[in-house]
Amino acid sequence: MRFLLVEDHPELGASVQTRLALDGHAVDWAATLAEAEDHTASASYDLILLDIMLPDGDGRDFLAAERRRGRDTPVIVMTARSAVSDRVEMLDTGADDYVTKPFDFAELEARVRAVLRRRSGVAQTQQTFADLAFDPLAATVTIAGQARELRNRELRLFEILVAAPERIFSKAQLCDRLLNAAEAVTDNAIEVYVGRLRKKLEGSQAKIETVRGVGYRLTSG
Amino acid sequence: MIGLLRPSDSIRRRLVLQLLAVAATLAVLMFVLVRTVADAAVEKAHDNLLGAATLAIAEELRGGSDGLSVDIPYAAFAMLGAAGQDRMFYRILIGEETVTGYADLPAPAAARGLGLTFHNADYLDLPVRMAVVNRSVQVDGRSQTVQVLVAQTLAAREALNDQMAYRAAGLALGFFALAALLSVLTARSVLQPLNNLAEAVGRRGPHDLRPVSRDVPSELAPLMGALNGFISRLRGSLSRTETLITEAAHHVRTPLASLRTQTEIALRQSDDDATRATLRGVIRAVDDSARSAGQLLDHATVVYRSDQQADDAVDLTELVRGVAQSHQALADMRDIEVQVAVPDAPVPLSFDRLLLESALRNLIDNAIKYSDPGGEVEVALTPEGVVTVLDRGRGLKGVDPATLTGRFLRGQNVDDVIGSGLGLTIVSEVAKAQGGSLQLVEREGGGVCATWVLHLG
Amino acid sequence: MRHVGFALGLMIWAGLAAAFEIEEVTVFEGAAGGPALHVLSTTDTEAFAPLIAAFQAANPDVTVHYTVANSQEVYAAVYDEGAAFDLVVSSAMDLQMKLANDGFAVPHRSGETEALPAWARWADQLFAFAQEPVVLIANRDSFDGMPLPETRDDLIRLMREYPERFRGRIGTYDPNLSGAGYLFATQDARQSDTIWRLAEVMGGLEPALFGSSGAMIDGVRSGDLMVAYNVVGSYAAARLGEDGPGVVIEAQDFTHVLLRTALIPRTAEAPRQGAAFLDFLLSEDGQRLIEADTGLPRINEAALAASPHLRPIRLDLGLLVFVDPLMRQRFLAEWTAAVLQP
Repeated sequence: MRFLLVEDHPELGASVQTRLALDGHAVDWAATLAEAEDHTASASYDLILLDIMLPDGDGRDFLAAERRRGRDTPVIVMTARSAVSDRVEMLDTGADDYVTKPFDFAELEARVRAVLRRRSGVAQTQQTFADLAFDPLAATVTIAGQARELRNRELRLFEILVAAPERIFSKAQLCDRLLNAAEAVTDNAIEVYVGRLRKKLEGSQAKIETVRGVGYRLTSG
Repeated sequence: MIGLLRPSDSIRRRLVLQLLAVAATLAVLMFVLVRTVADAAVEKAHDNLLGAATLAIAEELRGGSDGLSVDIPYAAFAMLGAAGQDRMFYRILIGEETVTGYADLPAPAAARGLGLTFHNADYLDLPVRMAVVNRSVQVDGRSQTVQVLVAQTLAAREALNDQMAYRAAGLALGFFALAALLSVLTARSVLQPLNNLAEAVGRRGPHDLRPVSRDVPSELAPLMGALNGFISRLRGSLSRTETLITEAAHHVRTPLASLRTQTEIALRQSDDDATRATLRGVIRAVDDSARSAGQLLDHATVVYRSDQQADDAVDLTELVRGVAQSHQALADMRDIEVQVAVPDAPVPLSFDRLLLESALRNLIDNAIKYSDPGGEVEVALTPEGVVTVLDRGRGLKGVDPATLTGRFLRGQNVDDVIGSGLGLTIVSEVAKAQGGSLQLVEREGGGVCATWVLHLG
Repeated sequence: MRHVGFALGLMIWAGLAAAFEIEEVTVFEGAAGGPALHVLSTTDTEAFAPLIAAFQAANPDVTVHYTVANSQEVYAAVYDEGAAFDLVVSSAMDLQMKLANDGFAVPHRSGETEALPAWARWADQLFAFAQEPVVLIANRDSFDGMPLPETRDDLIRLMREYPERFRGRIGTYDPNLSGAGYLFATQDARQSDTIWRLAEVMGGLEPALFGSSGAMIDGVRSGDLMVAYNVVGSYAAARLGEDGPGVVIEAQDFTHVLLRTALIPRTAEAPRQGAAFLDFLLSEDGQRLIEADTGLPRINEAALAASPHLRPIRLDLGLLVFVDPLMRQRFLAEWTAAVLQP
């Protein structure tokens, strides 16, 4: 996915950019609103991560201006303020969601996916893999006409795997993307979710293969 | 009287007392003045009568070859009795020799010349007022001075003076009573603008920090100026406090975010389990710090805003639903289902929206935080304004719920859960400020039931 | 009437104490050892006896010494001699006023004195207890065909018209001799100039001059006199009787009303007794008794209001004018010149 990161704090900006890149996302980073406007004018993004307090203005003004210009790129606001009134305010100005600094990247990714799911219609989000149809918005996989509901972590795990079929994900990688980094879980926790997902996929050609000593991959063989 | 006033005495009291003092002084002056004028008038009136009687006798003096002829007009004496029942004495002399009358009535030495003069004298042990007139009369071919003395006792004058004194006293008392009434009315009317101003300021809402703009008497303008100056400084101070809280949050959270992100990068790039555990520990510490800072600032906000007591129109239904929804992502992350049950109709309430939201967020946050993955949190609101938040977490483990709401106190079984322990403090303080009550009980089968009864007014 | 006796000893007391001329002293004995009340009066004992009896009925222990003298003597007794009486009763209003004004009376206030009309008291010192018109009396028979005069002008006209019938048969007080006569004459002079015309007309008709009213009344009753001018009405009516030829005429132009007055002298030894007797005289009981048993008319404001020609001689300082010796001398000279024509 292609992100625009609007953040004036140099270290935070750089680290967020790096972190998202690790998950395979392309990130443009603007340190001011002026720069951000240049970016949105010249390129299109899947999502904008927007800081509020910027040296040349308020992020919310930028957001309002974007919406006025008819650009409806999804926006997740990053706020350093604890004041809960931001919730209402953010959503009122047209933000799709917000995260409070410091934020967990697994959580951010979950939110991003949720936003994107909401934004695109059902038709667009329907994905097919092998003999199964996957509807992220409804959190279901349909195998041979039979719909199976996925729980949240199962859904996100499936999303990660189905986005890159045949690619091998290490336990650590899945853990980092699935679970909050602060949670006191071991990498083995992933085995539980993989086990559950496998059960949901039973009867399908799609399989989650264990690559011993390396990790897991989704295959249709 | 003015010296007896203390600085704390009411202005009305001061005003009334001082006006009364002035009125009393004026009343006394009035009494003295009326008496002086009245006494003079009484004296004058009686003297006129006495003088008229004396002159009437003098007019009838006739000279002649066979001595002085005296013909006292009956009316001359009769008129002296007209004004009262005073005794009367008279004497007619030629030179030093008494012609008729009371020979021992003392002739005043000063009474010379032909004019009418009045004297105070004593006769028969009584004070008397005496009129004296001299006439030149041709007697036995020589011009002789005849002196006519008429004296009168003072009973009628004194009676009239007493009567005048009573009337003057009555007048002065009446004046004083009227002045007292007017001074009370005046005090009330003078203080009316002050009361009006006080009422106008007192009627203001707690958030109303606009300058007072009322037409006040020019004497109150400095007070109003000072009041407005104070209000403006207060407004500035409050605004700085809010800014400070915001800035503080920003300055704490941004570097923490940076640190956490970098740690996550390191975590991501590490395959070593030990290193990863350490990095997770760092991340937990960062989250703990951020949360503590956040709650401290939230708590500061709660304390500061509780004092202000804003009256926002809040719909509890919308609020509970909204706050629960905003926690959905957090819950999802942990595969926790958040069940929300709110009435269809709005549950209106008048209180500081931010405080309510802050408390509600902390309650739900706690419930999610202490639940195991895959668990369930139930959030419910009744039309009577009772919010319940149920979880299937580890529960209170026998800890007295009352101690949980103290600052920085946490349950003993929560070492692995991030939180500063201020969350419940915030909830309980908001509940207290709002006039409702908060209760935490262990659920049967594990978990906690938090019941917050809001005061709907 | 209680025991009345002439006390010889008291006569001696009176003789010792008083240089003034006493007509009669009567002692009305009360209980032994009781207080004494000394009254000096111009009114006959006979007239006052019922009053004293009634007073003693209420105050049985009081012994009343009732001394009668003529008005000049009464005045002199108090003014010149300081005689110790507890109540001084006199018909000579001018002299009583002189006593009061010159400080010989003590003030007295009581419910009875307060009830008196204002014209019947002066300065809480001098109090009137009876009012008597000063009248003209005529012998009806002597007038024989002539109308009886109703006013002084009527009398003057009749005397001018029929001088011979009136000559020598007109009686009046000689003010030189009678205090009452002097008072009436001076009041006449003060009231109107008619008196001087009357005096001159009478003077031309050889009037008979009297020192007291008794002889005048007798003269009219017997027919020796056709008219007597300025007679005290109460005596006259009593002496003339209902059926006799004598008639009492109240002059319609004006008729003076003499007030009998009482005062408590400063020299009183028992002023409280004097005051008690005074209050009795002024009380309703006393007044009723005065009207019924003494022949003196009581103080009666309504009677005065009903008869406009009645003019009470006012108890005011004007009375002092004719007490002045110079004025007296002057008035008597004028009167004498008018009446005693050469």
